[in-house]
Amino acid sequence: MKPAPFVHHAPRTLEEAVAVLGDVGHDGKVLAGGQSLIPLLSMRLASPAHLVDVNGVAGLDTVEVADTHVRVGALVRHAGLERHEGAAAALPLLRQAVRNVAHPAIRTRGTTVGSIAHADPSGEMPAVTVLTDGVVEAAGPRGRREIAAADFFTGPLETTLAEDELVVAVRFGRLPAGTRTGFVESARRSGDYALAGVALAVGLDGEVVTSARASFVSVTPVPDVLDLGPALAGRSARDLPLDDVVELVRSHVDPESDIHAPADYRRMLAAELTRRVLTTTTTPTEGAA
Amino acid sequence: MTDAATEQKLDITLTVNGVRRTASAPARRLLSDFLRHDLGLTGTHVGCEHGVCGACTVLLDGEPARACLVFAVTAQAHEITTVEGIGNDPANLSPVQQAFAECHALQCGFCTPGFVTTITAYLDENPRPTPEEAREAISGNLCRCTGYQNIVKAVVRASEIVREREEETR
Ligand SMILES: Cc1cc2nc3c(=O)[nH]c(=O)nc-3n(C[C@H](O)[C@H](O)[C@H](O)COP(=O)(O)OP(=O)(O)OC[C@H]3O[C@@H](n4cnc5c(N)ncnc54)[C@H](O)[C@@H]3O)c2cc1C
Ligand code: FES
Ligand code: FES
Repeated sequence: MKPAPFVHHAPRTLEEAVAVLGDVGHDGKVLAGGQSLIPLLSMRLASPAHLVDVNGVAGLDTVEVADTHVRVGALVRHAGLERHEGAAAALPLLRQAVRNVAHPAIRTRGTTVGSIAHADPSGEMPAVTVLTDGVVEAAGPRGRREIAAADFFTGPLETTLAEDELVVAVRFGRLPAGTRTGFVESARRSGDYALAGVALAVGLDGEVVTSARASFVSVTPVPDVLDLGPALAGRSARDLPLDDVVELVRSHVDPESDIHAPADYRRMLAAELTRRVLTTTTTPTEGAA
Repeated sequence: MTDAATEQKLDITLTVNGVRRTASAPARRLLSDFLRHDLGLTGTHVGCEHGVCGACTVLLDGEPARACLVFAVTAQAHEITTVEGIGNDPANLSPVQQAFAECHALQCGFCTPGFVTTITAYLDENPRPTPEEAREAISGNLCRCTGYQNIVKAVVRASEIVREREEETR
């Protein structure tokens, strides 16, 4: 249970980090919070020859709230995002979701951007990234580029980021005024990876639903958005066709069986959690954006 | 892959329990092993080595973190507090340690250092936890002996001891 030897690089600036990654990226990995990477190294599921430790890189640890988005830098820890009042006010879904990531002692080190780069289908924040039409800002030897969330995730633990590229920040899109959001998940112990989870954004005009979108945790191979608008738009929040929604979710998700739960149970859970979060989100006072 | 025999060693300087300490270790040295093997601070225990059990929890700048999921070389930027730094004298236990003794919150004691660090940091943020909140606060730490009930009691009791001691010194 010890990592294999590697060469440690500790760049102090973004330029240095990009330069080092350009040299060693083909046989190296970025080390951010280490909360996913170090277990993989210790179990020898990965043994890169180089680690580019970005923890000392200046300027990556800020959360910026703008009119159209909340921009989270690569070194913002889950706990820092959770505490950030401006981010929670601008996009309540961020705090609603990030509180469900692991245990507090993991959130103090793990970065939100790292969990998106890691692209675990059991991660909460990849689901939030797609639901908010997030944008991944990457930097590499060929310069900077922006990748829309829909073009970023390609499979479990797979993204379109090149091995010599670094994610500098992720911009989560703010939702139109009047949008309400909710997040729920179910795990055997609080803090464990969810058996299933759902993030929801519902547009309301008074009591009438104008839009509804959901994304899921642990039940889809890549985080993607289920548009519930066709089923819900124009309906009163007091009279939602919940059984139709349940059917839509059941046919959208594609969970796998593992030691924690069979696929059928996860599918049932995802549908039921969606029913619940839709109900709580559309009743007055909760999660107004 | 770099060869273990020719592996480069680094001089790593950490501030642990207020004292600056330097030792030579390879870059792959986990903070948990650096504390135990290189600095001889064996209060930090190692159970699973992949972040699940919480036995290795230390405080980095006052916040709980898994020592098995941080490289010592990265930890140089932080102030580290281990269980020895929280209380290392049986006649002068910290509030959390005293509560564990009073409530019989340990049996073999293997998990205890991780609980003590976690709960110490938690009470700084939430000085008056309910039993439900106490249960939630320890959900990231595993104990194979106690069945947790007495640990939950100890969290609540520790918060009382903090207040009792504050009143005594007033
Ligand atoms: C016990 C336990 C429980 C957990 N439970 C959950 C959970 O319920 N939900 C959840 O979402 N996560 C969970 N995690 C994982 C945690 O959220 C991690 O923090 C997160 O997945 C990865 O972030 P990190 O900063 O630690 O990244 P690292 O571990 O440092 O890196 C992970 C991967 O992403 C790459 N990477 C990281 N940052 C960048 C970047 N800026 N640019 C390019 N590549 C990058 C690395 O090269 C590596 O491949 C858990 C972890 C543990 C140990
Ligand atoms: S030894 Fe670090 S969490 Fe188990
Ligand atoms: S007292 Fe033995 S593991 Fe907790």
